[in-house]
Amino acid sequence: MNGGFSRLGGLLRKESLQIWRDPSALAIAFVLPTMLLLIFGYGVSLDARNVQIALVVQHPGPVASSFTAGFAHSPFFRPRRFLAIQDAEAAMAAGDVQGIVWLQSDFARLALGPGNAPIGVIVNGVDANDARIIEGYVQQVWANWLVARAAVAGGALPLSVQPRVRFNAAVSSRNYLVPGLIAVIMTLTGALLTALVIAREWERGTMEAVMVTRVTMRELLLAKLLPYFVLGMGGMAGSVAIAVFLFGVPLQGSVWVLTAASALFLLAALGMGLLISSFARNQFVAGQIAIITTFLPAFILSGFVFDLNSMPTPVQIITHVVAARYFVAILQSVFLAGNVWSVILPNAAALALMAVVFLGLARVIARKRLD
Amino acid sequence: MFHQVLALIVKELLAVLRDAKSRMVLIGPPLIQLLVFGYGATFDLNHVPMAIYDQDPSAASRELVARFAGSPTFQVVARLRSGEQIDDLIDSRQVALVLVIDRRFTRDLLTHRPAAVQAIVDGRNSNTALLIQGYANTILSDFSLSWGAARGGPAPPAVLDLRARYNPSLNSHWFIIPGIVALLTQVVTLLVVGLSVAREREAGTFDQLLVTPLRQIDILLGKGLPGVLIGVLEASVIIAATVWWFNVPLRGGLLPLYLGLFLFVIAVTGIGLMISSLAVTQQQALLGAFLFMVPSIILSGFATPIANMPDWMQTLTLLNPMRYFLVIVRKVFLEGTGMRALAHQYWPMAVIGIVSLAAAGWLFRRRVA
Repeated sequence: MNGGFSRLGGLLRKESLQIWRDPSALAIAFVLPTMLLLIFGYGVSLDARNVQIALVVQHPGPVASSFTAGFAHSPFFRPRRFLAIQDAEAAMAAGDVQGIVWLQSDFARLALGPGNAPIGVIVNGVDANDARIIEGYVQQVWANWLVARAAVAGGALPLSVQPRVRFNAAVSSRNYLVPGLIAVIMTLTGALLTALVIAREWERGTMEAVMVTRVTMRELLLAKLLPYFVLGMGGMAGSVAIAVFLFGVPLQGSVWVLTAASALFLLAALGMGLLISSFARNQFVAGQIAIITTFLPAFILSGFVFDLNSMPTPVQIITHVVAARYFVAILQSVFLAGNVWSVILPNAAALALMAVVFLGLARVIARKRLD
Repeated sequence: MFHQVLALIVKELLAVLRDAKSRMVLIGPPLIQLLVFGYGATFDLNHVPMAIYDQDPSAASRELVARFAGSPTFQVVARLRSGEQIDDLIDSRQVALVLVIDRRFTRDLLTHRPAAVQAIVDGRNSNTALLIQGYANTILSDFSLSWGAARGGPAPPAVLDLRARYNPSLNSHWFIIPGIVALLTQVVTLLVVGLSVAREREAGTFDQLLVTPLRQIDILLGKGLPGVLIGVLEASVIIAATVWWFNVPLRGGLLPLYLGLFLFVIAVTGIGLMISSLAVTQQQALLGAFLFMVPSIILSGFATPIANMPDWMQTLTLLNPMRYFLVIVRKVFLEGTGMRALAHQYWPMAVIGIVSLAAAGWLFRRRVA
């Protein structure tokens, strides 16, 4: 057993030296997460602010201005006035405005008389999500105006709606995207770190050299895993620090839950990388598989931007094998809601299971190749 | 000379396509991804789980609840008897919306006082929260208006007539799937080209290539054209699937689309060759490809609009070829835009392509010295 430990120690030393000498592993672990988090933290936002919108008022008057004033005062809109609907349409086709609000010439007459004056709202539907959010903002302006008109007339609307947002009361998309980004970035780091290391040994022919020694496959995998695990946890700590101190994302849950969940996730991600690496034997293929099976699914199928509940059932089933999915759920809750055990425990169990499966499979495949 | 370049191109294609695993990663995964992402990546909401806490069960409240239950957006999964469960249900993500109907709901409605309705949403996913609020508000204001109208109340002074141009049902697939054309084309092209020089450098065969009579430009062509070829082919398959499988309307012509595709693939090839020539090992090349690819995808406007970024970052995205191609694909597909109106998207990609190819050619020799 003593020999086993010193062999493992020797291998660990070799891996650590290799990491230290080739700066690319250190770059993956620290520079990559920091850089990505900074770029994305500033760049990724779904909050539509200052939406350029065309206001076409064909007969200006007090009623029409009481309505359009809502747009001028809203933080969401930057209204531009047009006299003719044709000009506004041309501006939308050119991409200068994202929507048009059109009050026709009989607006005041209808609004003051029989009611139901039509307000034409045309949005550019190419970015459907943005279009929906803009429609929602227009509806708010309209609803506020209705309440104000009713108050002027001495009445009230039948319903009074009180919206309340639990967690993330400012509905800031950064608060929800940054925790998700950490999961995406760590998926990438974890898989990249390990995907290349075993493939590299095969390609360089050093694998055969290691195999003729008395090193067991378990020791070899462990020696590949441990240094990268330490690197990955370091990168994770850095990312959390940036999220909290630079982007001001509240961390409601405990640091310990976060650490434990990160460790589980990293084991799964590294296990995935080892699996790819022992399967591919070639850095080109390993790299391709790593990108295709980790980054893109973590980006699209993890619930980080796209809502999982809205996906069709077959796709929802596929998302269950994406480790990032569980980590995103844990991160969003730990950051914004606190230690919600009903979310954390099932997701942590899933991560643990994935870690065991991936590491176990890597072990099996690596052993088979020894024959 | 042309003969030799051709030989180099054939050799490059063989290097990528000879190995069964390499062949497989070029064909299988992009198609699987197209299908999975095509169906999965959606901003549309349906079956949003919600709960209702009706403190005043009555004909009026039932009418309101029925409007939520009947909407395809929402799915009522719980009816609460006490307010204590609300927080738990939201915290554990069992529901994303709780509608609380006030105790004096009917009385207020009948006496023409504002009847209170509370809509509590889970803000952890802010985008979904905003959309849910929007859908709920639409249902609530419809109820409000029809309640008034049914009881002879005054009509509202004005109503909204909402319309969406180019995508009338606001189907977000129409936005995302053309985006996937750009996304996968970039991934595949960059991977094919990105490792090509680094692989030879690691094997030591690049030096041999440099001492052949081939000129710098010939090596550049030989290394670059296979990437362009594979990229354009891959994109064509995805475009075909977008049109015939996902039924996204292709309203513009193929010419403006393919001109954009061609310039985009050249720009990506140039960047890939540049990364590849800078790298000493394949691992470094792969890392470089990643360092370029991940930000270029996330900051391209693929999922989140460029207009929402801070100004300095919007300026930075001007260097990103994918940004321009995304505009082209979406405009040609949905708006049917022609070449003239897209000129501002074409030329920056051409500039990026020329500059990066020139830099790659220069780096070929530079790294040897």
